Parts: sequence; C-alpha cells; structure tokens
Amino acid sequence: MNPAVTLDRTSGRRVAAEPIASLTLRLTVNGEERVLQVEPWTTLLDLLRDKLDLTGTKKGCDHGQCGACTVLIDGRRINACLKLAVTLEGQEVTTIEGLGQPGNLHPLQAAFIEHDAFQCGYCTPGQICSAQGLINEGHARNRADVREQMSGNICRCGAYTNIADAVLEVLEQGKQP
Amino acid sequence: MIRFDYARPADVSEAVRAGSGEHAAFLAGGTNLVDVMKENVARPLQVVDINRLPLTDIEAREDGGLRLGALVTNAATAYDPRVQQRYPLLASAILAGASPQLRNAATNGGNLNQRTRCYYFYDVDTPCNKRNPGEGCGAIGGVNRIHAILGASDQCIATHPSDMCVALAALEAHVQVTGPDGDRAIAFSDYHRLPGDEPWRDNTLRSGELVTAIDLPAENFSTHYTYLKLRDRLSYAFALVSVAVALRLSEDGRIEVARIALGGVAHKPWRVPAAESLLQGEQPGERVFQAAAHAITEGAVGQGQNSFKIELARRAVVRALGQAAAGTPQSQTDKRIA
Ligand SMILES: Cc1cc2nc3c(=O)[nH]c(=O)nc-3n(C[C@H](O)[C@H](O)[C@H](O)COP(=O)(O)OP(=O)(O)OC[C@H]3O[C@@H](n4cnc5c(N)ncnc54)[C@H](O)[C@@H]3O)c2cc1C
Ligand code: SF4
Repeated sequence: MNPAVTLDRTSGRRVAAEPIASLTLRLTVNGEERVLQVEPWTTLLDLLRDKLDLTGTKKGCDHGQCGACTVLIDGRRINACLKLAVTLEGQEVTTIEGLGQPGNLHPLQAAFIEHDAFQCGYCTPGQICSAQGLINEGHARNRADVREQMSGNICRCGAYTNIADAVLEVLEQGKQP
Repeated sequence: MIRFDYARPADVSEAVRAGSGEHAAFLAGGTNLVDVMKENVARPLQVVDINRLPLTDIEAREDGGLRLGALVTNAATAYDPRVQQRYPLLASAILAGASPQLRNAATNGGNLNQRTRCYYFYDVDTPCNKRNPGEGCGAIGGVNRIHAILGASDQCIATHPSDMCVALAALEAHVQVTGPDGDRAIAFSDYHRLPGDEPWRDNTLRSGELVTAIDLPAENFSTHYTYLKLRDRLSYAFALVSVAVALRLSEDGRIEVARIALGGVAHKPWRVPAAESLLQGEQPGERVFQAAAHAITEGAVGQGQNSFKIELARRAVVRALGQAAAGTPQSQTDKRIA
C-alpha cells in the first residue's frame, strides 16, 4: 500500500500525496442500517452530530472527561468522542434518540422528569444512555453501586442525588418479576 | 484532528508488518491514542486498527495461571469470574480507574501503553522532553502536583498513570509481545522504564512490537490483598498515590511473601525488593509496616507542589499493608478507607 500521507523530512511537514479516501462504513444506528462514507479521523460523536443530525448526543469536553457523549455500542456504554467511527464496522449504535421519543418516553426519561434529575439538561442524554448501559451491564445492586457506576457522567448543575434516585428506581423496577 | 492513513489488518503478522513503519501507531480502544491525536501530541501517519485481531480471549494457562488477551477490554477483564475470584487485586485496581464508559472501550494492551497525564506533555505550546526530545521540561519548576517523587531524572518527572499496571507489577505478570524479530515475554518490572536521558521512551517495547497478551502467574494472592487509591475526588480521577499489596501468610500468621507496588509516584509502577524482604518472616504490625513504607520511599525527592506525596505514600503503604494482612481489602464502591 502506498501511504497517502508522508513526512517531508526537510520541512518536517505532513504532506498528503492525494486526498485520503473516505471509507465505507456499515453501521446500525438506532435500529436502522446505514451505509456511510466516513473519513478515518471522524469520531463517532462528530459522525452522529454533524452527518446524521443526531444532536441529542452532546459534545462536552471532547476528551472522555465528562460523559456527555455517552452512547451504547452493542448495548455497552462508551464515550463517542474517543471512538473513531471507522472502527465500528458492523456494530450497533444506540443514542438517546433511539431510547425514547416525545410521547413515548423511555422509563429512564420518565424517571428523570419525575425525580427532577436535571437542571440545564446538557448532560442528560449522556446520563440516560449511561444509566441504560449500567442496567444492561448488570453489576449494580444498590444505591452505592449506582453512584459509583454513574461516576463517568459529570453534572455541572449538581443534580447527582436526584439522578441516583431516578436510576435506582428504574433499576429496581427491572428487578421485580 | 490530524489526518492519517488507516489500515485494519485481519491477522497478527499483517498488523506487525503495518505497524513497523516509523510513523505507525496501533489503535485499540482509542481512549488514549485518539485523545493525544486530538491534542497534536501524537502525529502518526498510519493508524493500524488492531480491533479485528483474535486477541480477545481470557484463557487458562497450563501452569495454573491465566492469559489475558491484549484486546480484552478492561471491563471484561475486571468482571471475568476467574479474575474476580482468583485475581481480585487486579479486578479491584481496574475498577478503581477511569469510568465505566472508558473501561468498556479501553483494552489491556492499551492500558499498558497509555501515555502520561503530565499537563505539559498535552500542551504543545509548552516545552516537554517526552513529546519533543531536547526541548526542556515544563514540569520541573512548574505545576507538578501530580508528578513523580521516585526514579525521576533531570529531563522528565512524569508518572505512568495506570492503575491496572500497579496490580500487574505486584502480581509479577509477564507481557507477551510479537514483532518483526519474533515473539518474546517481558517480565512486568522490565516492561515500563525510568525516564533517564531518554524520557520519550515509556517502555521497552521495540518498534513495531505488538502486545498480544498479559500472563498472570498461578500465585494469585486472592486472600490477603488490597488496592488503595488516593486522589483529588473519589471516582473518575487519576491516582495521586496508589498502593497494591499482595501478601502470603503462613499458618501462624507470619508474612511469607510480600509484594508492594506504588502507583502515581514514578515513571513505572514502583517496587523495591528490599522493602518487601523487611516483611518476610515477620508478624504483621505497625512497626514492620512503617519500616517497609520507609524503605520503599527511600530516595524520594519532592518537586515542590508534589512533596506531600512522600508522606502520603508512606501512610498509604502502612494502611494498605494493614488492610491486606487483615483480609479486608479496600472497597472500590464504598470509598471510606477502613
Ligand atoms: C478521562 C480519563 C480518565 C482516565 N482515568 C484513568 C484512571 O483513573 N486509571 C487508569 O489506569 N487509566 C485511566 N484512564 C486511561 C485509560 O485506562 C486508557 O486510556 C486505556 O486503558 C487505553 O486503552 P485503549 O485500548 O483505549 O488504548 P488506545 O488509546 O487504543 O492506545 C493507547 C496506546 O497503546 C498503544 N497500544 C494499544 N494496544 C496495543 C498493543 N496491543 N500493543 C502495542 N501497543 C498498543 C497505542 O498505539 C497507543 O499508543 C483514563 C482515561 C481518560 C480519557
Ligand atoms: S515531566 Fe516529562 S512529560 Fe512532563 S513536561 Fe517534563 S518531560 Fe514532558
């Protein structure tokens, strides 16, 4: 393979021999199969927001330090900002738009409203995707577990107590027969 | 972000070939490499995506140990029943680090090879010998609260940020690698290195070498262990100081084998055999714990803002030895320190 980017050793600059081709990426997004043309350096977060217009997923820090971009890949939560989209060939992405819609709220969305678990709302899509991931992963049994396992989502308004209440409620409902 | 070529090899030999270019980088979970590429700190021309390689299993080894594939995620490793039951020290250290989201993406091979969190290393407008050899070190005489107190050099005072690696050092794991010159196993204490006058080299991996697995020995210290991590907030923060302790006690309660590894204090997980042998044959107790804590921090040097770490490390060692001897490991959920 001829590299499309080379280093000019005298100037130290990176030289593109030719524009790097986009790659074809097959991805299931919120249940819908998509075939996309993606540049290798595009993160999943930028793909969702800029190309697919799924702006529910938020860009907070863009460095994995806040959790606002949390989405589910094959049911497990990750930070979309640190994931190159091309690495997800054949996988299934679920964003907040795929969990619930106005008029058809996901139990976690309803519980967040019920418990007043947000103020500005910017971190909320990430919080809810993270909470669904926590439930799917199945390692939380009590409030202390919920608090620790939700610690990858920062809330600058400080609604943590109510977030923990909301998540715990849905977790426990799921446990009942 | 920078532009680069992308390859997705299907087998290990193809990956090694693609990865041996001078400006190639392996991409696993991406939680560190993508971050440093965004910051212009890493500028590979070729990104070699290794996520399709068959290195995704945890397997029993003939000698009674366990082999952890390089591409098993940190979460899958920590929650694996064999790891939880037999190597709870490793599970505990992993769960003390990062966040659930990050651990779901982060891989074992990537965790070993993550770069320092030194602020200057990340800020390309400041000098850094690790990023740009010969440029100088912004942290020496600068903001250095998180920096090393042991094994630093006059060129670099960075620390290795991993929690997992501190447990692997105490367990005496081996790192399996393959590369252009074939396969080799690296003892964990030889994997990471001190900065010396080549601070740009984090570890002893040679160009093009790929980590394929981490081997855990049969002796697992599943009864007397602890991972104690001290940081500025209780979760989702790197260690200021952390301690992994693994003990084997005899029937009369004496210490037969002691392993102590410190995190957050040096360019690699910090072990001092002489400190561990002070404990050998002794009944657990404050006096011998103090002696070991002083021996493991011998030669520690503060840089100003991080000087508090010297006393913090000693106290953490004493407390961790107490937790391990009593069989009451630190909980990673209830962060109160018993
Ligand atoms: C906000 C934040 C907080 C964090 N907190 C913690 C913490 O508290 N404790 C902690 O321990 N960690 C923490 N981390 C770091 C995290 O654990 C690492 O980023 C992760 O383990 C890296 O794994 P990865 O698979 O994503 O690696 P990648 O980002 O894919 O790769 C990292 C490096 O390893 C190399 N590499 C990857 N796989 C291999 C291989 N098989 N062979 C050779 N080289 C390889 C890559 O080329 C790259 O240089 C944190 C990260 C973030 C972003
Ligand atoms: S401590 Fe090391 S990584 Fe940090 S600025 Fe100095 S040389 Fe760079």
